[in-house]
Amino acid sequence: MIPELGHFALIFSAIVALLLGTLPLIGAHQGRPAWIALARPATDVFALLVTFSFLCLTWAFVANDFSVVYVAQHSNTLLPIEYRISAVWGGHEGSLLLWMLMMSWWALAVRLFSKQLPDVMLARVLGTLGLVCFGFLLFILFTSNPFARLLPGVAEGRDLNPLLQDPGLIIHPPLLYMGYVGFSVAYAFAIAALLSGKLDAAWARWSRPWTTAAWVFLTLGIAMGSWWAYYELGWGGWWFWDPVENASFMPWLIGTALMHSLAATEKRGSFKNWTVLLAISAFSLSLLGTFLVRSGVLTSVHAFATDPTRGIFILIFLVAVVGTSLALFAWRAPSVGLGGKFGLVSRESLLLTNNVLLVVSCATVLLGTLYPLLIDALGLGKISVGPPYFDAVFVPVMVPVLFLMGIAPFARWKEASLPEIQRAVRWALAAAAVVAIALPLIYGEWKTLTALGILLAAWILFTAGLNFFQRVSATRGERSLLASVFSQPASFTGMHLAHIGVAIFVVGVAMVSTYEEEKDVKMAPGETVEVSGYSFTFNGVQAVQGPNYQAAQGEFDLSMDGRFIRKLNPEKRNYFSSSMPMTEAAIDAGLWRDVYVSLGEPINPDQPEGEWAVRVYYKPFVDWIWGGCVIMSLGGLIAMFDRRYRNRRKAGGKQA
Amino acid sequence: MKSRHKKLALIGGAIALVGIIAALVLNALNSNIALYISPTDVAQGKAPQEKLFRIGGLVKEGSIQRQADGVTIRFIITDSESDISVDYVGILPDLFMEGKGAVAQGRLLPDGTFKAQEVLAKHDENYMPPEAAQALNDAHVRGVQRQAEEEAAKAAQPKASY
Repeated sequence: MIPELGHFALIFSAIVALLLGTLPLIGAHQGRPAWIALARPATDVFALLVTFSFLCLTWAFVANDFSVVYVAQHSNTLLPIEYRISAVWGGHEGSLLLWMLMMSWWALAVRLFSKQLPDVMLARVLGTLGLVCFGFLLFILFTSNPFARLLPGVAEGRDLNPLLQDPGLIIHPPLLYMGYVGFSVAYAFAIAALLSGKLDAAWARWSRPWTTAAWVFLTLGIAMGSWWAYYELGWGGWWFWDPVENASFMPWLIGTALMHSLAATEKRGSFKNWTVLLAISAFSLSLLGTFLVRSGVLTSVHAFATDPTRGIFILIFLVAVVGTSLALFAWRAPSVGLGGKFGLVSRESLLLTNNVLLVVSCATVLLGTLYPLLIDALGLGKISVGPPYFDAVFVPVMVPVLFLMGIAPFARWKEASLPEIQRAVRWALAAAAVVAIALPLIYGEWKTLTALGILLAAWILFTAGLNFFQRVSATRGERSLLASVFSQPASFTGMHLAHIGVAIFVVGVAMVSTYEEEKDVKMAPGETVEVSGYSFTFNGVQAVQGPNYQAAQGEFDLSMDGRFIRKLNPEKRNYFSSSMPMTEAAIDAGLWRDVYVSLGEPINPDQPEGEWAVRVYYKPFVDWIWGGCVIMSLGGLIAMFDRRYRNRRKAGGKQA
Repeated sequence: MKSRHKKLALIGGAIALVGIIAALVLNALNSNIALYISPTDVAQGKAPQEKLFRIGGLVKEGSIQRQADGVTIRFIITDSESDISVDYVGILPDLFMEGKGAVAQGRLLPDGTFKAQEVLAKHDENYMPPEAAQALNDAHVRGVQRQAEEEAAKAAQPKASY
């Protein structure tokens, strides 16, 4: 009964979405206040219906209702309750419903937090969101209904993929989807602005916090996924350039470009067309990502059992969204006009360079991701494009981006003086160079690429600090230093914090890619293996019992220079309901390094108490990678709460 | 005049940038693409000798052998028509199992063994890498064709003898 209620609620929500996507838009076009006013209540009802529908599916999981196909495929009575709830988005249908839930909440958030927005604009934004939601709901209802019944029901479900039975999976998809879907808000603002024909500073100011919010979620979601892959897949890697990773990374790159070009559009009225195009691209790439993941056209760790009709539906949807948006853009763009003029060296020109480089890097990732598809479609054979391609192309493009990150905050809008910038940053550059030369030498081995990474990271760190404190002391007056620090505009503090996050991320990448050590060895109980000064003594393996699995748990003593540090207990699990074994790595995490042990297989399968194949890692600075991402997100979060975005009077339309 | 110079500098910079990126991309694509080659094609000598490539198929039942060092594993990837012996040093992904699909990337050694640098994991026991599925399917189609031809030949023979 309850699954049927959920299904009906979903059908009703599609009807409401259609209403939301048509009447307010027509009303805004023809100037009918009654139709415009419909946008707010329709959004409320829509969010309510989708939330109710999602709760119905969750209930079916919690109550073990195996007469619902989706539940029977992804749950099991032995599954602990927290995984029964996260299993709601453990498969295709449910994750789409989660996507929809996020989208309805974003729409609700726009409706609640945009009191300063003119009604017509709000109607257009919500209407655009409604249309997109309607498309997705059709997709869910016609190709991926999570409420489909299995009659007669079965007594026991197939269980959730063991890989997904992990706290990481509880939060990774929701964060990622919040990011993906969040770009639909930036997109809706861009479309609304195109429809109204008013692309002005006010539009940019309204879009900025939403774009940043989506970016924050996407950053956290990607970092979370990367961390999960690191500890759960047992390969010790943190990024594989897997097509699905790329699918989330491309909107991130474009989203980053969008945040920066929005800054120029708001402050100086520059790059309006470009900004709109980026907003359209960011959301289109989110859709493309969905297509790549859901259609199963690519070999990927994320591939679900696939259904070609789904792929075709998303492709049509993608073409419709991109096609109409670009048509609208082509129609309106010529009348938008250019913003203020700017010099060859200016904040604008630096932001533009940053944008071009980010877009180019995204294009290279897109090319590498789609190239195998293209070759296959042309009948030229099946190929794969590996991580070396991405490393070889992506890294050189990012180097100037990181370098400019240090300079841009010093450049004035409109016209900056190069000698002035040089004077401001020369000591930062010198200090960064010293660090870059010293650190690899202290660490033992000179590696030019590592030194370059450290140079750029230190450069960003020093210039950010310098710029921040220059401004703090310039605006200090009679106040204490700390008071001045905290009275800086949130967007300024947030920007520097996010940039420092990038620097920390770069340190992590540079250090771990050079100085990590990995050993695959055969170990008998009592044997010791050494990696980078750490000794791992294998004490043997014993059987342990989990709620829905049986595991072989290894015990290792980790020590350094004869001093015992701790025990490490990696596991090899066998889940009752599936034949797939699962590796649970044991990690001793730390600020300066992680050490990591995972169990391979027993050398002789009949003697699990004997010798095992074991993999041990030493990973310096690896946690800086995710730490950097968290700091980036924190910076974004702070920037979102800048007073400027909330100030009612200013938001009206004062041109910068 | 001055703004024209500015424009020229911008355009020149943009062209240079595009050129550098294109060179990077082409170079990287050229050296980092791995072709998929089916076990049958490898057996027929159609595989490149010097380059990395990928093979896909089923891990043959009973073929996984662990070498004395404990971390070198030898197994056979088959498309049911041809078998390729594969060597891999390291720890195999969890779902690597006999009778299941697998994809390996590496080089062909002169003795005909495939030296794998990477064995691809799949993360769902019911999921088959498309390349492995393709190789099996192609071999199956060829097998059916051959069978049909043989049957046709058999059917034709008695007629001829009459």
